[in-house]
Amino acid sequence: MTEVPISWYLTLSAILFALGVAGFLFRRSIITVFMSIELMLNAVNLSFITFSYQLKQVNGHLFAFFVMVVAAAEAAVGLAIILTIFKNRSTLNIDDIDSMKN
Amino acid sequence: MQLWLIPLLPLAGFAINGLFGRRFSKGLVNVFAVGSVVLSFAWVLKTILALGDLNSAYVEHYYTWIQSGTFTVNWDFAVDRLTAVMLLVVTGIGSLIHIYSIGYMAHEHGPNHGGYYRFFAYMNLFMFFMLILVLGANFLVLFVGWEGVGLCSYLLIGFYFDKKFATDAGNKAFIVNRIGDFGFSLAMFYIVKNFGSLDFSTVFSRAANAPVEVLTLIGLLLMVGAAGKSAQIPLYVWLPDAMAGPTPVSALIHAATMVTAGVYMTARSFPIYTHAPIAMEVIAVIGIATAFFAATIGIAQNDIKKVFAYSTVSQLGYMFVGVGVGAFSAGIYHLVTHAFFKALLFLGSGSVIHALSGEQDLRNMGGLRSKIPWTFWTMMCAGVAIAGIPPFSGFYSKDEILLAAYRHAPWMYWLGTVTAGITAFYVFRAMFLAFFGDYRGHEHHPHESPPVMMIPLTILALLSLGGGYFFKVPHFLSAFFPPLEAGEDSSLMAISVAAGLVGILIAYILYVAKPAVADSLAGSFKGLYTLILNKYFVDEVYDATVVNPVVSGSRALLWKGVDVEVIDGMANGVASRARDVGGVLRLLQSGNIRSYAAWVLFGSVMVIVALGVAGGLR
Repeated sequence: MTEVPISWYLTLSAILFALGVAGFLFRRSIITVFMSIELMLNAVNLSFITFSYQLKQVNGHLFAFFVMVVAAAEAAVGLAIILTIFKNRSTLNIDDIDSMKN
Repeated sequence: MQLWLIPLLPLAGFAINGLFGRRFSKGLVNVFAVGSVVLSFAWVLKTILALGDLNSAYVEHYYTWIQSGTFTVNWDFAVDRLTAVMLLVVTGIGSLIHIYSIGYMAHEHGPNHGGYYRFFAYMNLFMFFMLILVLGANFLVLFVGWEGVGLCSYLLIGFYFDKKFATDAGNKAFIVNRIGDFGFSLAMFYIVKNFGSLDFSTVFSRAANAPVEVLTLIGLLLMVGAAGKSAQIPLYVWLPDAMAGPTPVSALIHAATMVTAGVYMTARSFPIYTHAPIAMEVIAVIGIATAFFAATIGIAQNDIKKVFAYSTVSQLGYMFVGVGVGAFSAGIYHLVTHAFFKALLFLGSGSVIHALSGEQDLRNMGGLRSKIPWTFWTMMCAGVAIAGIPPFSGFYSKDEILLAAYRHAPWMYWLGTVTAGITAFYVFRAMFLAFFGDYRGHEHHPHESPPVMMIPLTILALLSLGGGYFFKVPHFLSAFFPPLEAGEDSSLMAISVAAGLVGILIAYILYVAKPAVADSLAGSFKGLYTLILNKYFVDEVYDATVVNPVVSGSRALLWKGVDVEVIDGMANGVASRARDVGGVLRLLQSGNIRSYAAWVLFGSVMVIVALGVAGGLR
């Protein structure tokens, strides 16, 4: 059985990352934007794992675990923030949340 | 010998009164202000007695002020015979005027009710700087005093700083003096360049071997400084306006001491001048021209202090004639006697003004002889002294100057004699207008001044009468200055005395015997009278030729051109360019989170592209 070439994994990672970026840029709901960020993080995780496998080194795995931990923490804090925003403003439209500008 | 104590005492008085005088009673202010000057006078007496014959200069070295290569300026004081004379005049007359000021300023609050202590603090500061000027053993220390007295003059002319004419007069004095000081500074630079030193002893011992052109240039530049400080043509215009200050200031600074600093400085620099005959000729001509010119203006002035102000300019002219024709000791002699009788004239007119509660116009006086007799008699003493009636003080000094002028150039003698006649005329015109005839004033009860004012007047009256006879200044200074060919000429003396008597007589006829004649004379020579009354329009000419071009040039070119366009334009231009750039960058900060994200993406893509173009990471 032939192995799946490295470039496929990387291409998949790039596609996932691009989807994340596109979601981040073009969706208005904070929840979706948040999920896009998770998607980008995991796209990068895939790249780490791929290179780690190819180079036979464990560093990439460690990085992946770190990213997952950070992503989990981020999800906890981020969702709390989103909940508070929704309670205060009754909206999840990202364009309405611009009070830092003024 | 502690020479430093002489100027330091008034400085202490200035510091104490200046810092704490606001809380002091007037009596306490008097103690510090007058006490410090009188102590200084006592110390001068003690010093001079202790120094003996003073045939060579006694120098005290304190510390090295400036050192640069081989050039050094020391903070040195020196006393020789010339300094001794000046010290006695400055501290002696200064003490009398300080005592007089106690009475004159008694009702004076000045602006903000801070006038009393402020007045005495400035007066003491003036004494300090004047003594530095006189004691300095090199040109730079002299210059420190020179500038300092100019500052005090400015401060005291503008004493009533809530009145515009007083501050204007102060500014005028300061600015005109700057022109003179510019000349003085140039002279000092030139002295340093040619002699490598500013010490009097070094410069003067090397002066004999210096080229004539150098000495002439130095002499003329020093004369520019002297003309500013001592109010000579063409820089005399500030002195008459300086009468805006309180009368004791006019007596001390603008008659007796500061304005004679120029004469002192030129006499001090005699080794330079004796080798620069052209510079001396210029001094003599300026002196005689100023003497005559200012005397004619004095004829038509109606403000009693203005009369004596022009008289001061005129008498300073005499002193410069003395210095210019080589009779240095006669110039200093006249400086001393003039200090006596002109201080007395000013203090006496101060007493008159005091009696009339501030009236200065001669037309509103008259008949005061019986109301304030003591003032009248003391001023009369000054009158006969300045008119050159023998044997009073002015006669001796003026006679010596005129005699020396005759030996130098007879026309100077004749012009000087005519001036002497005019001098006698305008002084006695003022006297007759103030003290004779009927009282024309508005103050109902003219009162004699208190004893604290009358005692200094009396002492000065005695000095004016006998000062010429008892203080033989030329004899005292004969070894100091180069000798002048001796010679009495009784006929020349008689002519100048006769000129003075004729002047008094004409004044008597015009203002006492037949007062109507004066008015009709003024009417028949209307053009000349207007010309003199308006001081030959010199102020107007200066305004038109110097002041206004400078003002409008500064306004149009320097202010609206250079300052607004170039300097402000540069500063504002930098700021507004920064604002323009910021205005563009501001658009990035939209507050829209997705636009930020787009910029991040854009940035990342650019980094990747850049890396790709550069060939990747190594």
